[in-house]
Amino acid sequence: MQISARHSDNTTIFDVTGDIDLANSPEVRKALLREVREKRTPRVVMNLTKVRYIDSSGVASLVEGLKASRDLNLRFILFGLSPSAREVLQLSRLLKIFEVYDDEDQALSS
Amino acid sequence: MRQGDTTGVGFASDDGFLLKLELHSDPKLLCVVRGALERLTEVFGFSPPDRRSVTRAVDEALTNIMRHCYNGRTDQPIEVCCTRVRSPASERGDGLEILLSDRGPAVDPAKLRGRRLDEIKPGGLGLHFIRQSMDTVEYKRAGSTNQFRLVKYLQPSTQSRTP
Repeated sequence: MQISARHSDNTTIFDVTGDIDLANSPEVRKALLREVREKRTPRVVMNLTKVRYIDSSGVASLVEGLKASRDLNLRFILFGLSPSAREVLQLSRLLKIFEVYDDEDQALSS
Repeated sequence: MRQGDTTGVGFASDDGFLLKLELHSDPKLLCVVRGALERLTEVFGFSPPDRRSVTRAVDEALTNIMRHCYNGRTDQPIEVCCTRVRSPASERGDGLEILLSDRGPAVDPAKLRGRRLDEIKPGGLGLHFIRQSMDTVEYKRAGSTNQFRLVKYLQPSTQSRTP
């Protein structure tokens, strides 16, 4: 898995490539919480277009990012969910909790 | 496949044996097992959503073993054994049984219930994913090993596609 960040205005977009599972979800969690809690970026966006699989530890990292954002009145957005990623968020009843868009244009114009 | 078995998945041996994986409890190997399960479930005849379900369940079960049975140690043994089984209900198709074995301490069955989903919090989702994904989820202690048995049956509409 690889994670990189793009910054513009009040937004940080994380581009994630590869599966998010127990082997690398701590890296995702660390990047997200740093962006939210330390940098307090007003809008954090996760580009999951190139993520084929997310396990429960990956979902937990996203939930932590969401909760930290809400605590600080910041926005946390997901876009580009694969069928598998969408299924795990549905199974955990979190799909409606997250702000989810189909693509980057929609996410940034929201 | 077992050595000498060259007849393929659709003609599994009499005992239904299909595939056995032996791995260390290293999270870096999870993607390897997922890759194997994705292909096995495909040739077994599962629909794409059911392939993802089985792969997800096995991945989550292995994650639980690595985290909770072996406390993050990466050098401990895990076995994944896949077998074709007949359904006890005639209206269902054959099933894929996955037996996961580890040598960690016994698991408290009370901790295998999973948590409620009405609270937004990280963690505790793996068991829920496993139960949602599989038709049968069982645990037993056999000697010095934990054995998690997962079974997913083919839907009748997909049975005919089984090679």
